[in-house]
Amino acid sequence: MKDLQAIVDQVVAQANADEQLEAVAISSSSTDVRVYEGEIESFSSADTHGVGIRVIKDGRTGFAWAGALDETIISETLADARDNASFAESDEFAGLAEPDGLAPTASDRLLRTDLVAVDTQRKIDLAVELERVIRAADPRISAVESCDYGDEIGSSAIATTTGVRGTESASASYVSAYTLASDGTDTQTGFGFSVGRHPDDLDIEAAAADAVGRATRMLGAVKPASERVTVVLDPFVTAQFLAVIASTLGGESVMKGRSLFADRVGEQVAAGIVTFVDEPTNPDAFTASALDGEGLATRRNAFIDGGVLTGFAHNAYTGRALGTASNGCAVRGGFKSRPGAGCAAVSLVPGTADQAELLSQVGDGVLVQSVSGLHSGVNPVSGDFSTGAEGLRIRGGAAAEPLREFTIASTILRMLSDVSAVGGDLEWLPMSAAGVSLVIGDVTVSGA
Amino acid sequence: METSTDVLEQSLIQSTIGIAMATGGEFAEVFVEDRANASAVYDDGKVEELSSGRSRGAGIRVVAGDTTGFAHTADLTESGLRSAAEAAAAAARGGGGGTQIVDLTRTTAPRPSETAVFPETVAKATKVELLARANEAARATSGSITQVMARYGDSRRRILVANSNGVFTEDDQVRTLFVVQAVASGDTGMQTGYESVGRTIGFELFDSVDVEEVGRAAADRALTKLQARPAPSGTMPVVIGKGGGGVLFHEACGHGLEADAIQKEASVFAGRKGEQVASDLVTLIDDGTVAEEWGAFAVDDEGTTAQRNVLIEDGVLTDYMYDYLRCRKEGRALSGNGRRESYQHLPMVRMTNTYLANGDTDPDDIIASTPSAVYVKKLGGGQVNTATGDFVFGMSEAYLIENGEITEPLREGNLIGNGPDVLTNIDVLGNDFEFGSPGTCGKDGQGVPVGDGTPTLRVTAMTIGGTAA
Repeated sequence: MKDLQAIVDQVVAQANADEQLEAVAISSSSTDVRVYEGEIESFSSADTHGVGIRVIKDGRTGFAWAGALDETIISETLADARDNASFAESDEFAGLAEPDGLAPTASDRLLRTDLVAVDTQRKIDLAVELERVIRAADPRISAVESCDYGDEIGSSAIATTTGVRGTESASASYVSAYTLASDGTDTQTGFGFSVGRHPDDLDIEAAAADAVGRATRMLGAVKPASERVTVVLDPFVTAQFLAVIASTLGGESVMKGRSLFADRVGEQVAAGIVTFVDEPTNPDAFTASALDGEGLATRRNAFIDGGVLTGFAHNAYTGRALGTASNGCAVRGGFKSRPGAGCAAVSLVPGTADQAELLSQVGDGVLVQSVSGLHSGVNPVSGDFSTGAEGLRIRGGAAAEPLREFTIASTILRMLSDVSAVGGDLEWLPMSAAGVSLVIGDVTVSGA
Repeated sequence: METSTDVLEQSLIQSTIGIAMATGGEFAEVFVEDRANASAVYDDGKVEELSSGRSRGAGIRVVAGDTTGFAHTADLTESGLRSAAEAAAAAARGGGGGTQIVDLTRTTAPRPSETAVFPETVAKATKVELLARANEAARATSGSITQVMARYGDSRRRILVANSNGVFTEDDQVRTLFVVQAVASGDTGMQTGYESVGRTIGFELFDSVDVEEVGRAAADRALTKLQARPAPSGTMPVVIGKGGGGVLFHEACGHGLEADAIQKEASVFAGRKGEQVASDLVTLIDDGTVAEEWGAFAVDDEGTTAQRNVLIEDGVLTDYMYDYLRCRKEGRALSGNGRRESYQHLPMVRMTNTYLANGDTDPDDIIASTPSAVYVKKLGGGQVNTATGDFVFGMSEAYLIENGEITEPLREGNLIGNGPDVLTNIDVLGNDFEFGSPGTCGKDGQGVPVGDGTPTLRVTAMTIGGTAA
């Protein structure tokens, strides 16, 4: 593998005296196996490289990227970034991150270097085994639509003319499956997965149980009547809501007047039991990382603490513009974009009760096990949202019959205020959020 | 700039296919892509940033039996291609081996529209100027418009596809996009409005599209929502406006007609060819040849010439959409639906421009004959469960219909239902067909540009999930 730090250092060395320059480089190798009916359907292997260069001159920002690390291509990319900068308008707050003295919280748990030595056959066998266990688990499983093993090992490096410099590596390994269950009249779908840093971390039985359970328990589901009820969100559903909330806490949407949380710092925006934390320093998080998208150390930020809004996720630009500083929340969607400001790994501080205890406390209501169309149904500015949902009726303190094709609608602020319990069943998911069971009172469920 | 063919000699492609086939592959393909993207964003009153990107590489696919091996590389030298071809061949793990000599015949498919002005020939200052004009027009609409974001984007994607069946063809796909998002503030808080225009052409897009109109449309949508009341909840008739509802048929019906879902029996439409699956008003078409539409191309990403495919005719299911692998399995002709996001991805069955053909009722008569319903002028994003047909969509612009008239605007809400049910429950279809906004269809983690369209239509019952108490 190429020495990424040397590559970005070399780019930064080409900076002119009157410009700021930032270079990021990434390199990764991945494998993807898909099996179908015990045979390999496809096997892909790939190496990906790329560079992204940001130039700031006289307050004007330009960015360019290329999907290669050759010297000539990097030179062209640098020239493009400079040219792009010359057409932007000057912004007094534009500027790269400055070193802030905080040391990165390095964790050796994000990388298993021995992933590269894992035998191809073992990867194939994991996918084949997952499919086999799913098919054997329940006669109502009518098909396994897709069953995959995938892994990736990658590194990134950053350097800037302001003196930020760093490199990081991580590995990931996962299995996932989509299933169909049928009872002869009704068909339902389910999915299951297991993620880790190395195939050793994967739990095939658990992934299979999820994929089977999610599909079969929905068979015979009916549409509920419209009503206002207490809902319990499954951890996977809570995680999706947390991701939506996180998207409204980014410094950029705040400074541009596009966040429902703007002007509310110091106010009670949620029930007192809600503490919303962004914590990429937690090695349990799938998206854990010691460095943010601008190379500063990541840190734990409790943006909602005891229900009170404490602040926003800032990169160098939004921090400066709003009179504060970056809090290590520069986020980058790979080398093809400049860093934005946002959360990287969000969770709620958990309570103690498991889901069964929560259901028994609730008595009657709806357990929401999946939502669809949440992102399309939410207005991040007003906080209004509506989402399609499926789940189980809660009756007499326990999960009962399946429900489908209903919607739940509210506003983010109302929902946060109506949280009446946070479960103790926190689990990190393969996304930038952790899940936990969550009880919310007085939610409109619309069905028939 | 060089063209893809200059980058890769025909003899090099031929030898790469030979290497890919050498260990028992039954089919091998080389897909070369050279892509350049540029964008400019205007936000918060100024040109915020210009960005440009370049990627170039080749994806090599080898099929042996039911197994596909795939590898990609950004190294287009002989040694880079050899390594990728060997990796793909090893992954397919075919038995036997031998020398394969492939005879490539170069073909050229007609482009759905010629590009008059390639984006790289337009000065960046000219692109940037459009943004400022859209911003000013949106802000001038009303003092309640408090924020405007405008984005210009273009892409030029040159591809070359060659395979062991002798296919050797190229395409040069140019797309141009312009988007405005406006925020309006009032007593009810902040509301957003969005408008986008995109075509598979170059900078000449702006000869026919007035960016100020785009800005005003986004602003008007946000302002309308300031006056809006919460959407109701429950099951009711829904009228969907021309152009604004095509995405519903893409998601709720189109995905279920893709042959990969059909062959795995993961679609409600599996095994139903020849059956009545929709109201006899419904004719659903997928057509990659529609000039300038967002999902148009000359050849798909497997080198197949774009086609017009009738999927449902007068309510009867006539055909599914196919890629090479699914055709191979069924021994049938290709349909031009094999697409991929980039050279780093395997192709799969994808839609192009999917639309519901025109009906014959005057749209005004549809509204006038509807006593009480929700009128959805424009749908937002959504998703579908292909296996069950259940879908959810956001409503980005909606109104009440009361006593045959469009009345109050409604705030955010979702439209939920079931694809096959909606097809059956269309009871009247307008004669005002229009294509909708440019879209990106995501499937298995790959995004490709798609188009859609509909005339005004009425569905007898759908579920609205609004926030009204």
